[in-house]
Amino acid sequence: MKNRLLILMAIVLTATSLIAGWSLADKLLLINGAGATFPYPLYSKWFYEYTKIDPTVNFNYQAIGSGGGIRQIAAQTVDFGASDGALTDEQLKQAPGELFHIPMTAGAVVITYNLPQVKERLKFSPDVVADIYLGKVKRWNDPRIVKDNAGVTLPGEPIVVAHRSDGSGTTNIFTDYLSSVSDNWKTKVGKGTSVNWPVGLGGKGNEGVAGLVKQTPGAIGYVELAYAVKNNLPYADIKNTAGNFITPSIQSTTEAVNGKINSMPADFRVSLVNPDGKDAYPIAGLTWILVYKNQTDKEKGKKIVEFLRWAITDGQKYSADLLYAPLPESLVKKIQEKIDQIRY
Amino acid sequence: MKIKFVDTGFKKATTLIALIVVALTLLLVYNMATNAIPSIQKLGARFLFTSTWDPVKEDFGALPFIYGTIVSSFLALLIAVPVSLGIAVYLAELAPQFIRQPLSFLVELLAAIPSVVYGLWGIFGLAPFLRSTIQPFLSRYLGFLPIFKGEFYGVSMFTAGIILSFMIIPTISSVSREVFLAVPFTQREAALALGATSWEKIRLAVLGYSRSGVLGAIILGLGRALGETMAVTMVIGNRPEISASLFAPSYTMASVIANEFTEATSNMYLSALIEIGLVLFFVTLLVNITARVLVWKVTNKVEGGIRE
Repeated sequence: MKNRLLILMAIVLTATSLIAGWSLADKLLLINGAGATFPYPLYSKWFYEYTKIDPTVNFNYQAIGSGGGIRQIAAQTVDFGASDGALTDEQLKQAPGELFHIPMTAGAVVITYNLPQVKERLKFSPDVVADIYLGKVKRWNDPRIVKDNAGVTLPGEPIVVAHRSDGSGTTNIFTDYLSSVSDNWKTKVGKGTSVNWPVGLGGKGNEGVAGLVKQTPGAIGYVELAYAVKNNLPYADIKNTAGNFITPSIQSTTEAVNGKINSMPADFRVSLVNPDGKDAYPIAGLTWILVYKNQTDKEKGKKIVEFLRWAITDGQKYSADLLYAPLPESLVKKIQEKIDQIRY
Repeated sequence: MKIKFVDTGFKKATTLIALIVVALTLLLVYNMATNAIPSIQKLGARFLFTSTWDPVKEDFGALPFIYGTIVSSFLALLIAVPVSLGIAVYLAELAPQFIRQPLSFLVELLAAIPSVVYGLWGIFGLAPFLRSTIQPFLSRYLGFLPIFKGEFYGVSMFTAGIILSFMIIPTISSVSREVFLAVPFTQREAALALGATSWEKIRLAVLGYSRSGVLGAIILGLGRALGETMAVTMVIGNRPEISASLFAPSYTMASVIANEFTEATSNMYLSALIEIGLVLFFVTLLVNITARVLVWKVTNKVEGGIRE
């Protein structure tokens, strides 16, 4: 008797869940994506806002890291990928179809430090940053740091270098920058999501680096602009190609995108470091959504294209609040043309 | 008839379940080995004996990670074993009844704290404390020893060893306590009847009798220390270098996998990380086998203690 009751309950439960599942599936088209963690806060805001505009579609995004995003889109286990680093030619060739890089937003990497006795915002020239990370500039009162910071009394403490220990797009942008300003760095270390650091301590994530810097007097580290602003970390001005010291901000990051507009390749695989423009902050990068040019699923393809169009136009208004740099108009126009080429 | 069927059926079912463990282990090793092939082919034995870890130039050497894993784990044991045995003896033999329950509960609660919490506490609590208090003391009085030389930044092999010891103390002490409680009362009574003091009773009857069980507890703790990832990553400094000083930053195998796996894009890079996983598996296996052999040696040699 008891058994029969259990079986009946099981049947009822299965039936209701199946019906519920069907009706949900009827209503919602699920689009899966995976990749970069850096734009995740913005993407989840977008997906949430977008359900109000198109309630028939539901985006599921797994922030597993750019590496995972690239692998999954290449294996076609997701409908779109996301990455902070552009794919290499070889990776593009290995993908089963033509992949588009759609720029979604831009971010900046800032230099943070722990010098309690210094109240002014520090200034750094590019070669000094590179030599600090190469271990050549060892003390805070090094003449080259002093030269850029006239009027600031710098202590003679040793500089303790901190970097990300986990593979990350932030490291990719930062080492890309160091490679572009220092030949020594380029040949000795190079750029990548993880590199063989000549000196320094590794912290996991932005919070790990920030933790090391906060705990260690005389430390220097690099974190995302958004992280530094939200956590009230001090950050330095960096000298750009025009010779101006630029404070990292959303505006100066958007200026960095603007500075690359003229040299922007058709596939948008561009590094934003050292852009032209007198107000452009030099350590910045784009983050992309990766989609196939030829969408296999007609309905999903249509929804993805609609979403991308919305994200790069109306969606950009959510960027600044979350401390991402909105894309400039001129670039948005170019991206729209690219999105128009997606076939479904 | 029916009973017999149930018996054999039960035996078969449990055998099958036990075999699943074997199959899973083999599958794991097989998968890791096949995925590690590009790295094994390209680097061969160099992978195990060189110290450069350069994802950009795709030159990988795992020696600093192997060193870091083993040294941090043994450092943890060095601290944790005496403390854990002290806790276990106190709880099993000496503590008044009203303290035993709450204290055992607290020790076991320590085991339930997620490792990321230990890591956070390590960065914001332990590391600054070590830097301001313990390290100046050690440097001043024991600074002539190579293991206490050099700059100390808070994050280091030393910090990682201490965090790990906190994490394995609950394991070792609660298992040891159970082992001590399992010592038959006749043993204790025999020791007391021979005129043993309280300390002699514990040493002869309890510790002697439960030696193999305690070694088992230590192996369990060591296993946790070798595989611990999150907390260690947060306090060890993540620098792939072999240094004689415990104050220097270091790196472990589990940490490098956790750190770099998500963003490893090239096949060679991924394959090198998987090979690290394979090496970690074999190092753990080797350490466990050595420990087991040690247990056999010790249990076969009757020394002290009163055997049944």
